[in-house]
Amino acid sequence: MDKRWTNRIALGVLWLCGITTVTILGAVILYVFVRGVGQITPEFIFTKPHGVNAEGGIGPTIIATMYVTGLSMLIVTPIAVLAAVYLAEYAVQGKLVDAIRFAADTLASVPSIVMGLFGFALFVEVMGLGFSVLSGALALSFLMLPIVMRATEEAIRAVPKYIRWGSYGLGASKWQTVSRIVLPSALPRILTGIILAMGRAVGETAVVIFTMGQAVYLPISPLDSGRSMTVHLYMLAMEGINMDAAYGTALLLMVMVLFFNLSARWLAARNRRLQG
Amino acid sequence: MNPSPPVSQLSTEPLTGNPRFSVRGLEFFYGDFHALTGITIDVRENSVTAFIGPSGCGKSTFLRCLNRMNDLIPGTRLEGTITLDGADIYGSGVDPVDLRRRVGMIFQQPNPFPMSIYDNVAFGPRLHGVTKRAELDEIVEKALVRANVWKEVKDIMGRGGLTLSGGQQQRLCIARVLAVQPDVLLMDEPCSAIDPTSVQKVEDLMAELKNSVTIIIVTHNMQQAARVSDETAFFLQEKQGEAAELIEFGRTAEIFTSPRDRRTEDYITGRFG
Amino acid sequence: MAEPLETKRAPEAGAARTLKMMSRATYIQEALLKNLFLTCAIAAVAGVALIFFFVGFRGWPVIEDPGLAAFLFGSEWSSTLGKFGIGPLVTGTLVVTIGALVFGAPLAIGTAIFLSEIATPTVRGIVRPAVELLAGVPSVVFGFFGLVIVRPFVAELTGSMGFGPLTASLILAVMIVPTIATLTEDALRSVPPGIREASYAMGATTWQTIYKVLVPAAKIGIFDAIILGMGRAIGETMAVVMVAGNAPQFFEGLGAPIATITSQIVIDMSYASGTHRTALFGLAIILFIISMGLVAIVRALSRLNAKRS
Repeated sequence: MDKRWTNRIALGVLWLCGITTVTILGAVILYVFVRGVGQITPEFIFTKPHGVNAEGGIGPTIIATMYVTGLSMLIVTPIAVLAAVYLAEYAVQGKLVDAIRFAADTLASVPSIVMGLFGFALFVEVMGLGFSVLSGALALSFLMLPIVMRATEEAIRAVPKYIRWGSYGLGASKWQTVSRIVLPSALPRILTGIILAMGRAVGETAVVIFTMGQAVYLPISPLDSGRSMTVHLYMLAMEGINMDAAYGTALLLMVMVLFFNLSARWLAARNRRLQG
Repeated sequence: MNPSPPVSQLSTEPLTGNPRFSVRGLEFFYGDFHALTGITIDVRENSVTAFIGPSGCGKSTFLRCLNRMNDLIPGTRLEGTITLDGADIYGSGVDPVDLRRRVGMIFQQPNPFPMSIYDNVAFGPRLHGVTKRAELDEIVEKALVRANVWKEVKDIMGRGGLTLSGGQQQRLCIARVLAVQPDVLLMDEPCSAIDPTSVQKVEDLMAELKNSVTIIIVTHNMQQAARVSDETAFFLQEKQGEAAELIEFGRTAEIFTSPRDRRTEDYITGRFG
Repeated sequence: MAEPLETKRAPEAGAARTLKMMSRATYIQEALLKNLFLTCAIAAVAGVALIFFFVGFRGWPVIEDPGLAAFLFGSEWSSTLGKFGIGPLVTGTLVVTIGALVFGAPLAIGTAIFLSEIATPTVRGIVRPAVELLAGVPSVVFGFFGLVIVRPFVAELTGSMGFGPLTASLILAVMIVPTIATLTEDALRSVPPGIREASYAMGATTWQTIYKVLVPAAKIGIFDAIILGMGRAIGETMAVVMVAGNAPQFFEGLGAPIATITSQIVIDMSYASGTHRTALFGLAIILFIISMGLVAIVRALSRLNAKRS
């Protein structure tokens, strides 16, 4: 066959790949939106489910999801950011740094179900925290740690060395340079990483189902148990009892996840623009 | 602007000021690489000293030994002594942080911090404990005036330092260093990344500042060295992979008009480099 | 502070007179901070160790009951019969993972080549975010989508209920697209532009440049991408649970229910106790070891790659 024709056909197939990927995303979003949008009423968002068919709203699950995500963010951010400061500013290449990176990579690839069982064994049982928002948040923070750590390390490394030199040249100590110059400069990209990690946490199911529980309570104290939106969707879909509520839940879940992802993108784009 | 006289009319009288930096038998290594060898030099107070030489001749490396900036690069090692006003700057227990406050540095690339003009200049004083707003205001204004950039920025102090032009940024950086009242100002090719008008302003500034601050400038531009400096040091790495040496050091007029060393003459007359 | 320089000097060199000594307070403060950061960095290592320890601790007893051989080589998983052989679960995981790679890898690699070599900036500005957003879609939503949209199609195609390997593979294929596509695109972009230009200058078409020059140059990166995509497929849980049918039996057809290592844990965990629960933790150990092994392979490959260039 003529090489020009081979070329055309091949490029056509590649175009098709790109289009298919976009179409799949579009289809998922559109489908969930069309089927779910009719469910979204103030009652659905704010009241709690009741009856055998889980009629009513999903209020407590929204609260539980936001609660556990917020709490895990508070737990993971200081640790991950300081760890990244160590890797980017203090560490000297060597066995220890290798081990830390290997651990972070492993942590990033451990299946979430393993995290769920681990969280169950350690936090729920051994530490006696029971099925609770706190157990869920602790387990989720293991999931988020590598994401925030990597984003922060990259953000710190992206700060130009000239700017650091300027600070050292004025007689700033290492910590003064890191805290007053490097971290503020890296802040937008660190925030982007944190927001992305929160998006992951919102969408996570396997970790929270075995650590936060499945009962529909409105959690007040961190030691209360609760059911996340993802777990709620899973149970509705598997039991097939109230598909309308399932569509509504899926839509709200997608909106939340998209909100986190789009804010992260927006923040990153804005930062690129500001730094020219 | 002060039109500078031709080199031949510059004084060749030896300088009489006290030595500020005294360097004796300096050897410097990056890991296994021997970068500098046998450097012995005195830099006198209230003068401008220029370090010249082809790229890679170690003049910037030497400059960075003087405020221990090389400490920040892992694997570097130094032998010999460097004293500042008689005190060994590599002496045990000496705080490199305090040294860097006394020996300010200006870099090739203007490097304002990503914060307002005011905060850029106030950064150093704040580091060293000045907190009162009135006191800071005064220090900031004085530093900007001394750095010849006050008129241009006095009405836009809240604006980001990065919004200024390259030449203004460089003078802002000079103001930032002056705000911590250094005794010495190290300038690492301060004019190679800015426009010609700004170069003129920075050179004028050096002439004014040298009455109060000792200035050492690394430059590729020999005309600039001739224009601004009282003394000139010529560095050369003779062969790739060998340690660089200080070939000749003396009054700028002498170095440029009657160098003693053949290699200095070759460089000055543009035979290599 | 940075490590102080090792300095050799003449002993008569006087002590600093006008220079301030580093104050003990500053020294201690900097050292404390450094150690605080180090402690946090070690948290990642400690995290992995903790996971390994606790999951291992709970799963370890499988070597006594039901016994290591019965666990690893058993061909039946039945809590009512008290048999916990992972054979059917491992084959289930294998089948859906291979299926996911068969459908997903070509699509992902095609998308990556499209993004890096063909798309105009505007088109790229649409496709790239779509790939990233796809990565953010929660797995329950994919599972739900598979359950209500993909499953009926598969049911018609296979004449079954539609729960089983085919539906699971299709959903997993979509889920691994972002992982493989992003990493493949990175690998393609890191091929020096000069190589492309040289190929075009010799009169090669875009396609010839792609498959004769770029893909071979980026092959280690693409292989990495596929391995990590595979890891994602092996570890994915919720989406599989929702469409696999969850019957721990060997592969009987594209539309016949199966179970995977991950899905079996979710299904059984809510009621398992005793040996049964131990066996579930045993499954988690296996998953953990697989994911660590895949990370080790990827790291070894990238080291190889770095050595070569």
